[in-house]
Amino acid sequence: MTTKAYDLIVIGGGPAGMSAATEAAEHGLHTALIDEQSAVGGQIYRAVDEVVTRRADDLPMLGEEYAYGETVANAFRASTAEYISGHTVWQLDQDGSIWSSDGAKAHAFQAKNIILATGALERPVPIPGWTLPGVMTAGAAQILLKTAGMIPVGKIVIVGSGPLLLLVADQLIKAGADVEAVLDTTGVMDYVRGAPHLLRATKSWPYLQKGLKLKRAIKDAGVPIYSGAHEFLISGDGQAEQIGFTSGGLRRTLRVSTVLLHQGVVPNTQASRQLRLAHGWHKTQRYWYPRVDEWGHSDVPAIFVAGDGAGVFGAKTAEIKGKLSALQVAYLQGRISVQVRDNAAAPLLSELENHTSIRPMLDAIFVPPRDILNPPIDATIVCRCEEVTAGNVRDAAALGAQGPNQLKAFYRTGMGPCQGRMCGLTVTEILAAAHNKCPEDIGAYRIRPPLKPLTLAELADMDVGKAAE
Amino acid sequence: MLKTRHDTTDKVSVTINGQKVEVPARISVAAAVLSVRDGATRTTPVSGDGRAPYCMMGVCFDCLMDIDGVPNRQACMVTVANGMVINPQEGASRLGDGT
Repeated sequence: MTTKAYDLIVIGGGPAGMSAATEAAEHGLHTALIDEQSAVGGQIYRAVDEVVTRRADDLPMLGEEYAYGETVANAFRASTAEYISGHTVWQLDQDGSIWSSDGAKAHAFQAKNIILATGALERPVPIPGWTLPGVMTAGAAQILLKTAGMIPVGKIVIVGSGPLLLLVADQLIKAGADVEAVLDTTGVMDYVRGAPHLLRATKSWPYLQKGLKLKRAIKDAGVPIYSGAHEFLISGDGQAEQIGFTSGGLRRTLRVSTVLLHQGVVPNTQASRQLRLAHGWHKTQRYWYPRVDEWGHSDVPAIFVAGDGAGVFGAKTAEIKGKLSALQVAYLQGRISVQVRDNAAAPLLSELENHTSIRPMLDAIFVPPRDILNPPIDATIVCRCEEVTAGNVRDAAALGAQGPNQLKAFYRTGMGPCQGRMCGLTVTEILAAAHNKCPEDIGAYRIRPPLKPLTLAELADMDVGKAAE
Repeated sequence: MLKTRHDTTDKVSVTINGQKVEVPARISVAAAVLSVRDGATRTTPVSGDGRAPYCMMGVCFDCLMDIDGVPNRQACMVTVANGMVINPQEGASRLGDGT
């Protein structure tokens, strides 16, 4: 094997990645899409081919928005873009070099431009007991439903806030799962904060309608929604058995087999951080995002970021943004004129408005609660890999640890196998609160290759080809 | 623990913790293990605490298992295959395991 060269390599097979690769190939760019999964779809359209072809009776439960993923996937398959599946990218360079592993062997690629379409991941929900078996994310339950048609056995309690929380609750109920309760951390004051954005949000009317419909469906199924829930405590002997919480001034405890956690999704910035792109901090939604222009172009000439990886707006927006980035790449590489680019972009930009108008309201309502961002109980595990607690981080701050990277020397936070994916935001928030600074001044983990662990054998098996000369 | 909503004849045979079981084809190892038993699928190298799959999308690394003799594999990222041997990841792997 030698280094394979392309005009454009797209990383990630969700809506942004598929649409970017499809659009780029249409304009004659020699394009490849590299994805870690074995089938296209990303997380939002995960296993959509499998469901459509083999489990079509699951489609009504998963919804029309999910089934639409097959349209995006079909367009991608019909394009000339090469699909490289089952490859985990473990290093990227600003010059367009990419290294991946297929699980057995490492591979090298070279691209004139890279579009990162690495999407979003669920925000960590550090509450006491969240490391117990039987506790998963709501997204994980949805992935199991999509990929395997599987649901948890026994009583399920769903905890958190945000649009996905209600969607997963509704899907699980329809799937026949025993949803005992939804513990919604969103309270009355959160809705008050969202109210000023309502007028603008009406442009995204179908989204508003869907949200209200979901809530009604959950209530109609007889599943109680406890609003303003807080002070969670999951306990059990080697397995989640009960969850305690406070709502409406009352302390309650529910017996459970499975607890599903969710506090919205945040951009997955591992690749953009490793590439040293400039990042900003979303003040309302409390997450980092790579800074890009209206085409998704980063501050590094070869690198674009499209979709939720550059800021969370959802699947339809991601699909449009993927196309916009591809158009700009085609223009910059001399494949299309500025007129062709702008004519193609105009309808996309006006459609974008329909999907993004609701976002300021959603962002204002579904703000993660303070005690999720900065866990008040010292014994709460923050870094799951190295088992570092919130109290440990505060102690290190008191001893002088100024930022996440210095904290590594105290407790190895972020140095386990997940490389800070699960604790990065929490560590930044705790340190910011401890030093009374804003997160921008505290910073984030410095992400270094390999982005995911790989064995020396995989590395040794790599035929570096031209790169070795 | 999980259950399948569909009866399927499209199955593969795997060995989980020494127990031979039939599981639906094309699902992840993590889903297969969760459909067979409750509780931990690994113990942590730091305290020996029990953990199980958490994110199912390759992010959290809590689903690490020993698959076909290769330690520390993300069970949520590996598809089941006939004859696969799946064991819990007990703490850290030894240097040279499975290479």
